[in-house]
Amino acid sequence: MALIPPAKKIILPEEAVTDPKIPLAQLPLPDGVNLNIKRLVQWGRKSSIWYLSFGIACCAIEGLMSAGGPRFDLDRLGMFFRATPRQADLMIVAGNVNLKMADVVRTLYDQMPEPKYVLAMGSCACSGGPFRGSYNMIDGVDQVIPVDVYVPGCPPRPEAVIDGILRLQEKIMAQAEQED
Amino acid sequence: MLAEIPGIKHEPLEDGRLLINIGPQHPSTHGVLQVLVELEGEVILSAQPELGYLHRCFEKIAEKWTYPQIVPLTDRLDYISAIFNEWAYCRAVESLLEIEVPERAEYLRVIMAELNRITSHLIGVGTFGLDLGATTPFTWALRVREEFLNLFELVTGARQMNHYLRIGGVKQDLPEEFPALVEKVFVLLDEFLEDYQTLLLDNPIFLVRTKSIGVLDPQVALAYGATGPFLRASGVPLDLRVSEPYSVYDRFSFQVPTASNGDCYDRTKVRLEEMRESASIVRQALKQLPDGEIRAKTPKVLKVPAGEVYTAVESARGEMGVYLVSDGGTSPYRLKWRSPSFVNLSTLPVLVKGAKLADFIAILGSIDIILGEVDR
Repeated sequence: MALIPPAKKIILPEEAVTDPKIPLAQLPLPDGVNLNIKRLVQWGRKSSIWYLSFGIACCAIEGLMSAGGPRFDLDRLGMFFRATPRQADLMIVAGNVNLKMADVVRTLYDQMPEPKYVLAMGSCACSGGPFRGSYNMIDGVDQVIPVDVYVPGCPPRPEAVIDGILRLQEKIMAQAEQED
Repeated sequence: MLAEIPGIKHEPLEDGRLLINIGPQHPSTHGVLQVLVELEGEVILSAQPELGYLHRCFEKIAEKWTYPQIVPLTDRLDYISAIFNEWAYCRAVESLLEIEVPERAEYLRVIMAELNRITSHLIGVGTFGLDLGATTPFTWALRVREEFLNLFELVTGARQMNHYLRIGGVKQDLPEEFPALVEKVFVLLDEFLEDYQTLLLDNPIFLVRTKSIGVLDPQVALAYGATGPFLRASGVPLDLRVSEPYSVYDRFSFQVPTASNGDCYDRTKVRLEEMRESASIVRQALKQLPDGEIRAKTPKVLKVPAGEVYTAVESARGEMGVYLVSDGGTSPYRLKWRSPSFVNLSTLPVLVKGAKLADFIAILGSIDIILGEVDR
C-alpha cells in the first residue's frame, strides 16, 4: 500500500493572518483562517523592494555600491537594483539635486509604476547639506518629488541606509491598515 | 530630455543617421554624465558629453568659507579618493603660508594617500568588470575594499569622506596595531589581484571586448592634457610622484607602471599594477616612519598672505591641481581646480569615434571618471 503523503500545510506569513475581528477580505480558506489580503499584498511589496540604480553623487558609493555589495548585502532584504525606472519600486536619491538634475529626477519618478517610494539619502537630498543655499542647488529633493524616508549623514553609513529601508518596510506594512 | 537641451535639434537626422541619448540615468555612466551619440548603423560618428548635472557650486562656496572649513568640502570632489583632494588643497595653503609640515605628518599623508589609491582603483577595475557584464569581480573588489575601509575608519574615523588632513599636518596618529592590520589586508589584496587576473584579464570574452578597443594615441593624449593611469597606459611614463617629487616621495623606490597599446585592456592592467606599487610604498613608509610631531603650529584664525599658487598631486586619476589666489583674508579670493577626470573625459569624442556602440560603455568605463570632480 502506497503511503499517501500528508496534505501540505498552507504556511502563511505571520503578518498575513489577522485577527478575525477585522476581516477585510474573505477567501475560501480552511476553517479558522482569515486572510487579510491587503496585508498579504503589502507584505509581498515590502519583501521585494526593487530599487532604481540611480547614483547621483558621493552617497551612491555608500548607499548603492557598498550597501548592495557583499558585506551589507541588500539582496537579503529582497532588494535588487534595476536599471530602468519602469521596473523599480524605490528610488534612492543618493546625492544632491541641482537645477539641471531636477527635471531628470522628476521624469524618472513619473516613469516609475505605482506604488512607488522615495528614500532621500544623505544631507544633500534631505536638506541641501553643505551646498545649501548655493545658486544652483535645490535644498532637499522633497521640493521636486515626495519623500518617504529621510536618511541624514554625509554620507550615511550603509547601516543607516538599511535602517531607513527597514523603516520604509514598516511604512509599507502600515499602509495595509489604512482605510481606502 | 532631448528637446530641453538648447542647441540640440530634435528632428530625424538625414541619411539614416540616428541620434541617441545615453544618460544621465544610465547604469554605466559612473554618475550623471549625459552623452549624445550620433550613430550610423552601429558605428559611432560623433559623441558629445553633456556636463553639469552634478555642478555643486564648489568653487563659489569656497570663496566665502574659511580656509580650514574648505578641507572637508574638498572630500566631496573626487569622492572615491578623498585624501588626494585634501592633500592638493592643503599643499596650496601651506605653500602660501610657508608652513613646514612635520616629517612624520608627510609620511602619514603618503601612507593614507596610497591606501586611498588602492581603494579607488578597486572601484575602478571592479566597476569596469560590471560595465562589461561581469558582476563577480565587482563584488570581489568591494569585499577587499571593505577591509581597507576598516583601516580608514580606524585611523581617520570615516569610511569615505575622511577629512584626515589638516592645514599643517594630519588629524591624528596611527594606532599601534596599524602596521600588522595593513599586512593582513595586503594579503587579501594580493589574493584579489591574482583572482582578477584569472577571472578577467585571462578571460577570452574580456580580451575580445577590451583589446584594441578605444586606443589612445600618446600624442593625442598629451595634446588633450590627459594624465594618470589613463595616460600611462598609452606608454607615457608621466607621474608627478617621480617627475616632480613632492612630499617624501623621493625616499621610496617604486616603479611607474606603463603599457604600450593604450587600449581598454592596458588601462585596466596599469591600474592593477599601480595597486601593487602602492602597497609597496605603504610598506616602505611604515618601515621608515620617523617619530615626531604630526601637526605644525598654525594660528587659530588663519589669514593667508596675498598671492597665488598652483600645486598638484598625483591622484588616482591623474594630476589633481589647485590654483589658489589669496587677497590676504580668511577665505580664498579664487580657488580653481584642475580635475583629472574632466581633462581625461575630454578625450572621449576622439576615443569613441568610429567605434561600435557596444564598445562605448567599455571605453567610458576604462577612463574611470568621477562626476563630482568633473562638474565640481
